[in-house]
Amino acid sequence: MKSAIAFWNILLKDMKNYYLKPPNISWGIIFPFAWMLMMFLRTKTAFNIEEVFPGIVGMSILFGTTSMLSVTITFERKARSFERLLLAPISIELLITAKIAGAILFGIFNSIVPVLFSVLYFKAFVSSWAVLITGIILLSIISTLLGLFISVSAKEVFEAQTYSNFFRFPMIFLCGLFIPVSALPLIIRPLSYILPVTYGIDTLHHAISGNGFLPIGIDFIILAVCCFLLFFISIYNIRRRWII
Amino acid sequence: MTDKILEVQGLKKSYNGFIAVNGISFHVNRAEIFGFLGPNGAGKTTTINMLIGMAKISGGRIFYKGKDLTNNIKKAQEIIGVVPDESNLYNEMNGFDNLCFCGALYGLPKREREKKAHGLLELFGLKDAAGKKFMAYSKGMKRKLTIAAALIHEPEILFLDEPTTGIDVSSVRQIRNLIKELNENGTTIFLTTHYIEEAERLCNRVAFIDKGEIIQIDSVEQLIKASRETNIIEIHFEPVTYDKTRLLEKLNEIFPGIECVLKNDSAIKMVSISKIDIAPVVNYLSAEGLFIYEARLIKPSLEDAFVKATGIEIDLMKKEKEKK
Ligand SMILES: Nc1ncnc2c1ncn2[C@@H]1O[C@H](COP(=O)(O)OP(=O)(O)OP(=O)(O)O)[C@@H](O)[C@H]1O
Ligand SMILES: [Mg+2]
Repeated sequence: MKSAIAFWNILLKDMKNYYLKPPNISWGIIFPFAWMLMMFLRTKTAFNIEEVFPGIVGMSILFGTTSMLSVTITFERKARSFERLLLAPISIELLITAKIAGAILFGIFNSIVPVLFSVLYFKAFVSSWAVLITGIILLSIISTLLGLFISVSAKEVFEAQTYSNFFRFPMIFLCGLFIPVSALPLIIRPLSYILPVTYGIDTLHHAISGNGFLPIGIDFIILAVCCFLLFFISIYNIRRRWII
Repeated sequence: MTDKILEVQGLKKSYNGFIAVNGISFHVNRAEIFGFLGPNGAGKTTTINMLIGMAKISGGRIFYKGKDLTNNIKKAQEIIGVVPDESNLYNEMNGFDNLCFCGALYGLPKREREKKAHGLLELFGLKDAAGKKFMAYSKGMKRKLTIAAALIHEPEILFLDEPTTGIDVSSVRQIRNLIKELNENGTTIFLTTHYIEEAERLCNRVAFIDKGEIIQIDSVEQLIKASRETNIIEIHFEPVTYDKTRLLEKLNEIFPGIECVLKNDSAIKMVSISKIDIAPVVNYLSAEGLFIYEARLIKPSLEDAFVKATGIEIDLMKKEKEKK
């Protein structure tokens, strides 16, 4: 019960303080919108929405979650208020779960606009809503955890910020957001396979067109395993690096 | 036997070979105010960090209420309250919300934490600032709210890291009174400070710490008592014109065994190992034409004890602090 109160209030505080702030909400709407517009202008004519849909949704999630995480964790660490959380009589696992829950929800929220826009305006065809929703949730979780992993791998706050940007942008190209992994040069393809976001994007392809480069079941399993690993490695790193 | 709320044995901390805390041992009795007194870099904050689970321990043991929690400080965090040397509340939240959030971290239900938050804001005289964002608080207000936040879950032991450094005099007085009051209500206090008078005024027991080692540890009375059994008398007079050097020479000649020094133009300080018979001295000075209006016994203070034990000059310590 006590832990539940702590958990809920950490999440609520982050939402109130960071997520529900007007700039963040509008960012979540404008950002995906701008990307779609750019696509539209580039191709001049109507583009194949099914092709760009996973990329735009993936992008919104990736940027939404990682930028939030850098505020709720990296920024709070810099301001030292994170210490307050570490001093609370709750386990670090629960504390981190509460911290990332907000980012995950924000990622999911960020995907709503591009999904609705694609479906309602561009009349994108979704072959499985169940797979799409699961995929969005899993992608939000995995990109949050990846962000967490990166931000706790650094001892210093500024390093965390640098790392975060260092990874975020290449992932757009490496993880099949707009360029299919199969179209990438062979030598960089292993990188794509290492990055779990690739499998998250693959589930979105499944949801839209009904096929991806791996069977959907395998995607889910890989994602689940990666989530598990990233979470515990991150906790381990927090214990090792932050409590010096 | 007194009830030890905290016991530390051979606690050690090294940062890549640099030894910040070098195997210190002490205990804190329940319901007392225990002070850590030492200069910059003595290892005060490092010690607190180990005790509250914010720093890894390089060696030694930590017992809370008799239980060895060296490797599981988390278990003690419920009974611990911490006021760090820098305020670490949420800048973008107001005073009231900050307190409520801290209460929630300890699992207090909404009604209870709101009630407590109101009570604490009242107690700390921050009622009018309850709705103000933390970043708009003055330094003194920030410190007070940080202390309030550490109290919301009614900890059994409160750690205060230099609670009065860098804030205005009236806030200092208020905070010191609050610490006393809290302690009278049963909260054990562990406080670090570099203000000797603070340790002297507040603490029951004090440890002198320097370069990661405890030099002396005892009750304030014992420390003072042990510090030189000297008698100091100050004699004050109207600053009339007189030959200072001659007067001092004469005094030292007539009263052997008493070291006389001129404190300023209108005061002489006399130091002796044995009790000083004042009458002859006063008579002599009076005969010399001085108008004496006060002669008083000066008690040796914790400052004398500290200087004697550590060899650190107080003025130097203060200056260093202010620079920081
Ligand atoms: N993270 C760290 N890495 C390396 N050395 C450290 C670290 N933290 C503290 N130290 C060193 O350990 C020693 C003790 O520091 P500590 O902060 O405990 O002193 P303090 O008594 O609290 O001093 P102050 O009065 O300045 O707060 C100092 O020499 C300091 O430089
Ligand atoms: Mg310190």
